[in-house]
Amino acid sequence: MCASGKYSSRGPALIPRMKTKHRIYYITLFSVVLLGLIATGMFQFWPHSIESSAEWSLDRRSVHDAPLVRIPVSSPIPERGDLSCRMHTCFDVYRCGYNPKNKIKVYIYPLQRFVDDVGVPISSTGLSREYNDLLSAISDSDFYTDDVSRACLFIPSIDVLNQNSLRIRETAQALAMLPRWDKGMNHLLFNMLPGGPPDYNTALDVPRDRALLAGGGFSTWTYRQGYDVSIPVYSPLSAEVDLPERQPGPRRYFILSSQTAIHREYRVELERLKEENGEAVLLLDKCTNLSQGLASIRKRCYKGQVYDYPQILQESSFCVVLRGARLGQATLSDVLQAGCVPVIMADSYILPFSEVLDWKRASVVIPEEKLPEMYTILKSIPHRQVEEMQRQARWFWEAYFSSMKAIGMTTLQIINDRIYPYAARTYEEWNNPPIVKWSSVNSPLFLPLIPPRSPGFTAVVLTYDRIESLFRVITEISKVPSLAKLLVVWNNQNKSPPEELLWPKVAVPLKVVRTKENKLSNRFFPFDEIETEAVLAIDDDIIMLTSDELQFGYEVWREFPDRLVGYPGRLHLWDHEMGKWKYESEWTNEVSMVLTGAAFYHKYFNYLYTYKMPGDIKNWVDAHMNCEDIAMNFLVANITGKAPIKVTPRKKFKCPECTAIDGLSLDQTHMVERSECINKFASVFGTMPLKVVEHRADPVLYKDDFPEKLKSFPNIGSL
Amino acid sequence: QARKKYVLLGLCTCCWLLLYYWGGLQECLLGLITHRRGEVARPWPDWLDRVLLPDYADQAELQHGGGPGESPRQRQQTWAGIYKDSHCRMDTCFDFARCQGQSGFRVYVYPPEKGERVSESYRKILTSVAESRYYTSDPREACLFVLGIDTLDRDQLSSQFVPNVDERIRGYPLWNEGRNHVIFNLYSGTWPNYTEDLGFNVGQAILAKASLNTEHFRPGFDISIPLFSKDHPQKGGERGWLVRNTVPPRRKYLLMFKGKRYLTGIGSDTRNALHHIHNGKDIVSLTTCRHGKDWEKHKDARCDHDNQEYESNGWELPFSDVIQWNQAVIEGDERLLLQVPSTVRAVGIDRVLALRQRTQMLWEAYFSSVDKIVLTTLEIIKDRVYSHISRNKLMWNALPGGLLVLPEYSTHLAHYPFYYLNLGISPGQEFTAVIHSTSPLVSQSQPIMKLLQVVSKSKYCSQIIILWNSEKPPPHRSKWPPMPVPLTVTDGRRKTSSRFLPHAAIETDAVLSLDEDTVLLTNEINFAFHVWRSFPERIVGYPPRSHFWDPVKRAWGYTSKWTNEYSIVLTGAAFYHRYYHHLFSHYLPSSLRALVDRTLNCDDILMNFLVSAVTHLPPIKVAQRKQYKEMPALQGSKTAPWANPEHFTQRQECVNTFASWFGYMPLVHSQFRLDPVLFKDHVSVFRKKYKDLERV
Repeated sequence: MCASGKYSSRGPALIPRMKTKHRIYYITLFSVVLLGLIATGMFQFWPHSIESSAEWSLDRRSVHDAPLVRIPVSSPIPERGDLSCRMHTCFDVYRCGYNPKNKIKVYIYPLQRFVDDVGVPISSTGLSREYNDLLSAISDSDFYTDDVSRACLFIPSIDVLNQNSLRIRETAQALAMLPRWDKGMNHLLFNMLPGGPPDYNTALDVPRDRALLAGGGFSTWTYRQGYDVSIPVYSPLSAEVDLPERQPGPRRYFILSSQTAIHREYRVELERLKEENGEAVLLLDKCTNLSQGLASIRKRCYKGQVYDYPQILQESSFCVVLRGARLGQATLSDVLQAGCVPVIMADSYILPFSEVLDWKRASVVIPEEKLPEMYTILKSIPHRQVEEMQRQARWFWEAYFSSMKAIGMTTLQIINDRIYPYAARTYEEWNNPPIVKWSSVNSPLFLPLIPPRSPGFTAVVLTYDRIESLFRVITEISKVPSLAKLLVVWNNQNKSPPEELLWPKVAVPLKVVRTKENKLSNRFFPFDEIETEAVLAIDDDIIMLTSDELQFGYEVWREFPDRLVGYPGRLHLWDHEMGKWKYESEWTNEVSMVLTGAAFYHKYFNYLYTYKMPGDIKNWVDAHMNCEDIAMNFLVANITGKAPIKVTPRKKFKCPECTAIDGLSLDQTHMVERSECINKFASVFGTMPLKVVEHRADPVLYKDDFPEKLKSFPNIGSL
Repeated sequence: QARKKYVLLGLCTCCWLLLYYWGGLQECLLGLITHRRGEVARPWPDWLDRVLLPDYADQAELQHGGGPGESPRQRQQTWAGIYKDSHCRMDTCFDFARCQGQSGFRVYVYPPEKGERVSESYRKILTSVAESRYYTSDPREACLFVLGIDTLDRDQLSSQFVPNVDERIRGYPLWNEGRNHVIFNLYSGTWPNYTEDLGFNVGQAILAKASLNTEHFRPGFDISIPLFSKDHPQKGGERGWLVRNTVPPRRKYLLMFKGKRYLTGIGSDTRNALHHIHNGKDIVSLTTCRHGKDWEKHKDARCDHDNQEYESNGWELPFSDVIQWNQAVIEGDERLLLQVPSTVRAVGIDRVLALRQRTQMLWEAYFSSVDKIVLTTLEIIKDRVYSHISRNKLMWNALPGGLLVLPEYSTHLAHYPFYYLNLGISPGQEFTAVIHSTSPLVSQSQPIMKLLQVVSKSKYCSQIIILWNSEKPPPHRSKWPPMPVPLTVTDGRRKTSSRFLPHAAIETDAVLSLDEDTVLLTNEINFAFHVWRSFPERIVGYPPRSHFWDPVKRAWGYTSKWTNEYSIVLTGAAFYHRYYHHLFSHYLPSSLRALVDRTLNCDDILMNFLVSAVTHLPPIKVAQRKQYKEMPALQGSKTAPWANPEHFTQRQECVNTFASWFGYMPLVHSQFRLDPVLFKDHVSVFRKKYKDLERV
């Protein structure tokens, strides 16, 4: 701004000289000045903006620039952690409150360097790289807030990951000095290596009032279930060594023990196992002949033979993770990374993230006592299960162990799930690897219920202007015993439905809904008028279905309330020549779709169709005025993983294909369009969800040599 | 000129303003950029010396894991000394060695003393234990002990209070400070503050208690059980009250509160707050404040609740060890009670739908009868004892529930018929045929020879097992015709129930169970197998039967007449998952199997009962060419036993015996059969894949 001020003072000075010049010169001059000004402006403003953005990234400072805080000797010490703490006693939920996004807000204290009154720092390492990574990850996430007053959770910047580098008393004092400490309420501490020699406590020894502890190596006595979070011990090796994922399957060794500090008593047991089972067991120890340093960390030895660690872990199906003095072992992380199934032998150990992770699917937990039986126990596990466990182990590492960020985010998500349990992640979301998530289905109507017959079904007739045919359909349907209501969806905006008097007299309530636009998706709208679970979607020209057939269809739907139950069946086929999907309406031996020109289904699918249809399918259908039935078949098959049910034998439907496009006969272009729909939908869904089956449902006594009058549904299959 | 001067000046000012404006715009842009960055701004600085920061721990130290630590044996001893009573865990207060014997997991019940008063509820619990498959009458082989003293009601003011428990249990020679004992309790403490005090020292016994407070709960040791009334059924139990999944899943009342004194210890403050959220329209609170006997069967309340809402701080939810409650209920914090309405309203319909079904599933699997509550308690303890052969969380929380999943069969999810969809896989492409043979082999024209031919021709058949149940020894290998698939002959020891033994040789998911005189076509087998792959958890068979309620006899009836519906398919020719063999042999009580062996009958009915009890669904009948076994004369075999009227009465009795064991009638009727798509349609025969099914 000030720069341009300078220019403006120069401006008037030019005027006297210009008097003698021609007008054209003025203009030229002005242009030059203007350009000059603009150019200068750019020069003046760009550096300015760069400067300001640099300011915004909060000056790249050194850790050593953090303000120094001196702790007075008399500074108060928090109480030791209260073992009876639970979310409802020691955590202030009012800070988190109801929140439409269901995300807790996390505040991180700015970095300070605490020293005691003689100037000795409280920690020998200060801020570690891992803790810094963790805090950066949190501050990058949507959990983060810089507004202290809105925060629900506070994270001190005092690094307590490793208790050994801490001065316990001073660290505790430093915590108590935090401006919002308030008895540790809503504070979260991350600690991976608790305790110290000789007794190695299983939780951080630093007194911390009511603060939550995300600790690595909790035992069942120190872990406050539902309050603390058990986290893994991060292994920095994983950042250094890249172990590409291996296909699950049998490996060279069956059991591998790679830990260097195993108690003598256990090592004797392991050696005995090795003797009994020979090559299948590999028992490694640290290399004695190698020089100390990084090299020795990455090597393991057995009788003078040197192996690369952690690569060797990939050569074994099972890897032993025994407790040491500490319960939490960094080895666990290495083992998971290698896709080796951990055999965890650490009595009373609370496994990392056990609140949400199902360790039984990724590991074998054996009581320490049973170490001698380990081999037999592991041998009894089926091969396929071992493979699944290997995959699961690797997935746990990738998602929850691989970096400080992963560990931090998982911890926060777990706390978040406790505070907003109604928005919590499901078991499947936590435990299923992406490949399983992709193919697994959890039907929204999973409870095996056969709904009672009594409420009946609502028939939804989509119509445009074929009144005569519509009336015939209404008259026919009204004969079905279980019909509860008729709903006519009037899709013609230019014409009003006929007067009430003209409609056929039916015993059930008949309701006409006028739509705003002539869209095919209107037929699948979850109208409030539909009060039954079962919906019969029917076109206004399907007059050939008998009352028995419709009633039977309803009965079949009751046994399959989560499926589409319809009359004309269709099939999708893979066209090898064209390399794409093809629609098939010929009479084939297989069925993968039923036309919704006449089909029963659950009203819930109307919701899904209207509000949860993936991609632009809904608009695409409305624009093309076709394939709404194919879209519905895709939707239902995708969410339930099940095929539709075709009921009753072949029937001559009056051109069932062309009900949507008025009067147009079944021709080649129509089939091509339907094929295109399938290909389009398959690409939107990212998969082909349709399931092919070879069966259809008939009444039990259909075509059996039995008196017709004794059959419940005699009039079936008449043409 | 002056005008020019002004014009010049004006233009200059314009330029100036323009520039100024442009600068402002830039400022604005800059602001926008930085603001957008501000949202994701990371006030945690990107330190210049980030790479120079030290590791949090030395790598060598990390791998060393703090060293080997103290001697495991020593540690075990120290632990046992420190961690007892209120610090009990399975590792320190449970004697695993007792469960390692040949007999496995066995439960012993102390015999009731003379004149002992036992409440109705406790009697039910004891009955459940005694009838369970883990019961033993020999204390020496027991792994777990259940007291004969009624400890359910420990309210001193209650009429059912049993005094002097402390002295009496100390008198038990097997008490051993309560090790390996499980103590059931529903009510503890007394008016006015209802502490968790039981009035006697539980010691190292596992406490299975209703409304356990988290504070006193010994995690991984105690078990929180649901509170039930003395009217709670012993067996079976009602199905949940959710009969349909209406959409939108709103009911008349959005939220209900039922007053519960004991369950939650919801204080008066909370109750007052509840009054505030009561709006008389869709949120009602029905408080029963009457002190004393008015406790609610809370699980029943579940059934008619809309959205389950548990508000009780510090209440350990029942079976929280294994049940993932956040998938079934909306847990709220008492302190945030006033936010509950908004919370509940904010839950989406898909979630409500899922929650509601999940509550039903849990109710039916674990709560609906005393049997289920007790068995769940035992199974949880068993899972802890044999942790490497135990159910994972999915088995406990998915249909059909943990009690019907026996981890001894397999811990691998894909080995069960229930989880295919969840795992995103489909059932195997092959089946094993198990042929039940009772008559000796005398001629090559016997029906079994034909059957072997037909079955082995199916491209899905991986092997055939002949279960030899004849009195004569099995014929020499060479007597059997050559087969494209492996043929095994197993000795069935002349027991009818042996046809459902979990033979180790069966490795395929599907089993085709056959009688030796079954007449089938290869195509019929293929078609049925296709159908089974769509319904792997059900029985898929050919000839149907039905049950019905006979109001005159007040008993269940059984019919083999042709009817419009069926609830049984005969296992003389049926596909089902091999896991049902395991369930049949290990889940069902030996008394029922003995009945089957004694009568040489009803094995198929029992199998149908079992599978329908697991799935809550009917079996599936598929199309068949001829009416199986309805043919008047079957050559070559002795008089068919089913022609015998006694045989039929027996079956009728079986249905009633089975129903009484299950505690309800698990069979479900179905009205359809599955036919090939073009079955008997008027299209060219050449188009039909299963044309020979239509031939007569």
